[in-house]
Amino acid sequence: MSAVSEIEAGTGIGTDATEAATTPSAASPAPCEAAELAPRARFLPSLAAVYRAQLSRARVARIPLLFVATFQSVGIMILMRGVVDGGNEARAVVAGSSVLVVAFVALNLLAQYFGQLRASGGLDHYATLPVPPASVVLGAAAAYASFTVPGTLVTAGVGCALFGLPMGNLWVLAAVIPLAGAALAGLGAALGLLAPRPELATLLGQLGMSAALLLGVLPSERMPAVISYARDLLPSTYGVEAFARTFDAHPDWAAVVRDLGVCAGVGIVSLGVATWAYRRAAVR
Amino acid sequence: MSTGTAAAEAGPVGTAPAPHDGRAGSVVCAVENLLKVYPPARARRGAPAVPEVRASDGISLTVRRGEIFGLLGPNGAGKTTLVRQLTGLMRPDAGRVDVLGHDLVRHPERASRLLAYLGQESTALDELTVSLAVETTGRLRGLAARDARSERDDVLEELGLTAIAGKPLKKLSGGQRRLACFATVLVGERPVLVLDEPTTGMDPVARRAVWSAVDRRRAERGATVLLVTHNVIEAETVLDRVAVLERGRVIACDTPAGLKARVADEVRVELVWRERAPLDVPEVAALRGLGADRVQESGRRWTLRLAPDEARAAVAAVTGGAAFAALDDFTLATPSLEDVYLALGGGRTEGLVKA
Repeated sequence: MSAVSEIEAGTGIGTDATEAATTPSAASPAPCEAAELAPRARFLPSLAAVYRAQLSRARVARIPLLFVATFQSVGIMILMRGVVDGGNEARAVVAGSSVLVVAFVALNLLAQYFGQLRASGGLDHYATLPVPPASVVLGAAAAYASFTVPGTLVTAGVGCALFGLPMGNLWVLAAVIPLAGAALAGLGAALGLLAPRPELATLLGQLGMSAALLLGVLPSERMPAVISYARDLLPSTYGVEAFARTFDAHPDWAAVVRDLGVCAGVGIVSLGVATWAYRRAAVR
Repeated sequence: MSTGTAAAEAGPVGTAPAPHDGRAGSVVCAVENLLKVYPPARARRGAPAVPEVRASDGISLTVRRGEIFGLLGPNGAGKTTLVRQLTGLMRPDAGRVDVLGHDLVRHPERASRLLAYLGQESTALDELTVSLAVETTGRLRGLAARDARSERDDVLEELGLTAIAGKPLKKLSGGQRRLACFATVLVGERPVLVLDEPTTGMDPVARRAVWSAVDRRRAERGATVLLVTHNVIEAETVLDRVAVLERGRVIACDTPAGLKARVADEVRVELVWRERAPLDVPEVAALRGLGADRVQESGRRWTLRLAPDEARAAVAAVTGGAAFAALDDFTLATPSLEDVYLALGGGRTEGLVKA
């Protein structure tokens, strides 16, 4: 793509000289000289700019929602304390509740954001700037994934205290949050950009989050077979499982890496789809 | 289709755009036979069927370097559809759009590297502070971080926004928010500015800031401006040339003075009656009988387009006798672009604003 742009820019420079030589007729409707194109915004700097701008929105609009996400997860763990009695189930509850914060913000809120942006014509702003679509989608997705960090940490910490789980391997959240965040934010962005109406984007985001809640937090051993297949299809499940495994005395690190690999794979595909959907939504 | 072309290429009358350098007068934007048709929509529950809409119906225009070129028309005339095709946001069904020598129908992605666009929506920026909105837009327009910051400071200073730079756009009044959005258009210079109703909701101070910023870019860098407006007063004062749009067609294209010369032999008489028109006075009844194309009634207000001697007679009639007792107010005025629009056969003036 950049090669093409170099050629375009090159022709521009080349024909500029001929333009100066021939006096352009004011009445001529067809100018043959092509002006030089301004440079494109590069991928990483524009990603950083979008990320920073999106992060700053958190201060204005997102902090109350982050509290809601965190309290919701902590509340679920308190409820589940009466149901589960330690062991595997407690691990699943703590891991599920922590990843639920990611699903709430990255999947649900991002789907709503892109749905509304698309419906209100806000995408025009980005579409008339020479910014790579991937920068806009990844920048927003990364910012939303970042919003989840404090809530996830608090939820995981409170959960470990409530259920008496070891905190030694909580560092794994440094991998779980970005990878589960990529998968869920990609899904959220794709849903928001593909939904024909903003209400539908909101609905899909909410449904996705409800699925992450029910299928992620409830212990999988008690589920019917059909539902456990659905559970396998949901990317957040792999984030939950990876995190839950690290509470073992001797975690199966290969399985943790495998689960996180699934998250990463889903993240790449869904962000790719979201980028494609953004291009499609930007030019109608 | 051919009427649009003929009208658009009728040629400049009166002032040509001021030459700023050797390239003044060269074509910056050429549109030929642009066609965009929205398909008909079937009736749904709660929404009636919508017939096919020809939003751009064979539009042809040329905009020259350094011009402030206006698109004037009521809401729904196809102005925004036209600029969306010029900015690569929408693909025309047929026709050609050429900006600075680039074919934007084949390469819509090049538009963002040739022009800056101010749309009607600010939702992408609403939750950012003015300062960050401008800086981010500069970065996304390809500026390096340091350049984006210094241009941001310059533009905010130029538009008088420095005092509110730290406020989120959401918290600003409509006019201030519009001005902040306008600031994002100026950062990261582009030779062509496409502005869709930039001054909506602005107070006179903000409007002046907008037009002097535009003038400065035109004088110093030969910038070309394509302006969408439904404000006839603004169109008369700031535009070099104006294309009048009606139902997806260009019904006239000329300088504001040239357009007004077409109706120079007319005078506009506005009568406001106290309660209702005294139709029992024969002269008043005769005025009403002139026909719908020359007399517009809206409640107590009558707007008449008359030849000067007819106008004199009408004023004499309504300022004497029984008619005067029923008269609340009257004005006589030389024709405005609104009258031009009416004379050209434009059906609706409700969408036009005089402020």
